[in-house]
Amino acid sequence: MGASQPAGDVDPSTLLPPAEPVHLLDPDGTYHEDPDHPVDLDDDQLRMLYRHMVVTRKVDREAINLQRQGQLGVYASLLGQEAAQVGGAFALSEEDWVFPSYREMGAAVTRGVDTGKMLHLFRGTWLSDHDPYEHHFALYSIPIGTQALHAAGFAMGAKFDDNPIVTMAYFGDGATSEGDPHEAMTFAGVFKAPVVFFVQNNQWAISVPLDQQTAAPTLAHKAVGYGMPGHHCDGNDVLATYAVTRKAVDRARSGAGPALIEALTYRMEAHTTSDDPSRYRTRQEEEEAAKTDPIVRYKLFLEKEGLLDADLGEQVEAEAAAEATRMRDEIYEAPHGDPMELFEHVYVDDTGHFERQREVLATELAARDGEVSA
Amino acid sequence: MAELITYRDAVKRAIAQEMRRDDSVYLIGEDVGDAGGVFKATKGLLDEFGPVRVRDTPISEEAILGAAMGAAMTGLRPIAEIMFSDFLATCWDLVAVEMAKTRYMTDGQVTLPLVIRTANGGGLRFGAQHSQAVENWAMAVPGLKVVAPSNPHDLIGLFAAAVRDDDPVLFFEQKSLYPTKGHVEEGEIVEELGTAKIVRSGTDVTIVALASMVRRAEQAADELAEQGISAEVIDLRSLVPLDATTIIESVVKTSRLVTVEENPRLCGWGSEVVSLVAEEAFWHLDGPLTRVTTPHIPLPSADALEDEVLPSVQRIVDGCVKAVS
Ligand SMILES: Cc1ncc(C[n+]2csc(CCOP(=O)(O)OP(=O)(O)O)c2C)c(N)n1
Ligand SMILES: [Mg+2]
Repeated sequence: MGASQPAGDVDPSTLLPPAEPVHLLDPDGTYHEDPDHPVDLDDDQLRMLYRHMVVTRKVDREAINLQRQGQLGVYASLLGQEAAQVGGAFALSEEDWVFPSYREMGAAVTRGVDTGKMLHLFRGTWLSDHDPYEHHFALYSIPIGTQALHAAGFAMGAKFDDNPIVTMAYFGDGATSEGDPHEAMTFAGVFKAPVVFFVQNNQWAISVPLDQQTAAPTLAHKAVGYGMPGHHCDGNDVLATYAVTRKAVDRARSGAGPALIEALTYRMEAHTTSDDPSRYRTRQEEEEAAKTDPIVRYKLFLEKEGLLDADLGEQVEAEAAAEATRMRDEIYEAPHGDPMELFEHVYVDDTGHFERQREVLATELAARDGEVSA
Repeated sequence: MAELITYRDAVKRAIAQEMRRDDSVYLIGEDVGDAGGVFKATKGLLDEFGPVRVRDTPISEEAILGAAMGAAMTGLRPIAEIMFSDFLATCWDLVAVEMAKTRYMTDGQVTLPLVIRTANGGGLRFGAQHSQAVENWAMAVPGLKVVAPSNPHDLIGLFAAAVRDDDPVLFFEQKSLYPTKGHVEEGEIVEELGTAKIVRSGTDVTIVALASMVRRAEQAADELAEQGISAEVIDLRSLVPLDATTIIESVVKTSRLVTVEENPRLCGWGSEVVSLVAEEAFWHLDGPLTRVTTPHIPLPSADALEDEVLPSVQRIVDGCVKAVS
């Protein structure tokens, strides 16, 4: 075979993203059917998407408040990205796995993960995080982009076990510059791993805007280089994010391999509660972006379709408020653990040396506390 | 006239001092420009030096260090920022396998006069993946110089020395020190790498400390004085080169040694200092060589818990009492 022979067996043009991002809902809530991206949801499911977005927004706001009240060390808000996260996660089955970054409260809500437990990471409570195996929702990945590797590896492991699950890695526009997602996508392509790489392009990576992050035409175009289809969608349109992800997930589950999705959205809040965006972007830009609010648009759609009336709207708001209160109480009441517990999960078994250090710290703390009370 | 400035502002002043002096010096890293660094330590540099010499990059630590290494080969003197020292792990190949070996493998023909600055260590409740004190990783690699200042004055002087040095230097800024203040005189400040400083003299025990642990060691020395124990405190300032002479001379005088290390216990830098003293000053010793370190665990992020495990003033005092009795 000649050296110039292409490695893949696919026509590269079939992998290209569409000329325009997939978009099913207009800002006024008008729905456009797209035969390539069917929305196969019943009325309850359509309402559930709304419920998840409203709950997400409420708990996200409450988490910011908790940080301001000194209850959390830091918090990364997803304001504006509800449709991207909820629509994407809704396309997964219960057995599938999510590998999040640090901004995925919306995906967590959709998976049914306890929001209070999610916040313990930011509070630093010891030994109280959620159990990843319960809702198939992995640990938040704060080192940028690493979760893409975990998702690809998990998918390869599941395939090895003939377990028909799909994994989904959420990461940001900035993360696409790291080696990790690149290497994860290379592996996923070669091993046809059932993984969906879901990029929330929220236009910013802390202070760096997208045009300083990449010279690619779109992030979705990068998919071609790994031999997987690139999808491009309006990330503030929850039906589009759902339908596009659903297509990628079904394909991955069928054994046809991975996909890359770019959902266009906007980070409406600061990068985290420690950040001040006025250093690098204008208020005007933020105000423009706020006009594309994903919840407003979806609410208009549901109302047009007769799926949401004032009563139901209030009911959803009340549910969201109750969830936020429950989360808040959990955080306020959470104790900081015993320092001795810090040794418990470093290794499966204690080594001799390790045991000694536990004793040394115990003795020191006991001596100190003795002195304090004396 | 000496001015009182923060460790954070000392970073900016140090970089500006070197960039004004030498056109071949430039700064590259994530969010170092418009945002002025996530710790605001590079604020204002973009305005003064412009986007060619103060460069924001896409998020790739490996490419940042690759750019710095390549530029250093062309004769520039890059300053590369790795936002948190934990992220050195994502680009450790460049540091440990490439930069550290280049001069050696080219028979000295290629030098890499670059500095990697990074926010290191705990104390700000950033948790297990953003709080590691990793100076001992760097110390374990032949070919790297390793510096960790404890105060604004030393930061400027050692930074200038690092920029002017022809070897790759890892420059650890202890992130909990950023808001702390110290006196700094006007004008250019340049110090010498590999020189420890005796910040307090004493006769009964030598305490060797680094970066954020220096202040705590001094506080411990105050408490020890009340108990009638006279402690000498050495600010090590750089791990490579290591100022063995200052350490040995002090131990010869005091006959006791305590190291105070923020890094986790196993193979922390103090184990090197302790073994050096055991070999070279053994017959002068009158007490157990003692190390006060963080236990061999990842750091917790809750405030109370983090404070329990980082070496406290009390633990340093206890360590010294043990060494002396
Ligand atoms: C390896 C690594 N490098 C740098 C950082 C610091 N950092 C945290 S978030 C962030 C920006 C990420 O941007 P993006 O991927 O677009 O995600 P977003 O925050 O917008 O959700 C950076 C640079 C990190 N956490 N890990
Ligand atoms: Mg982003």
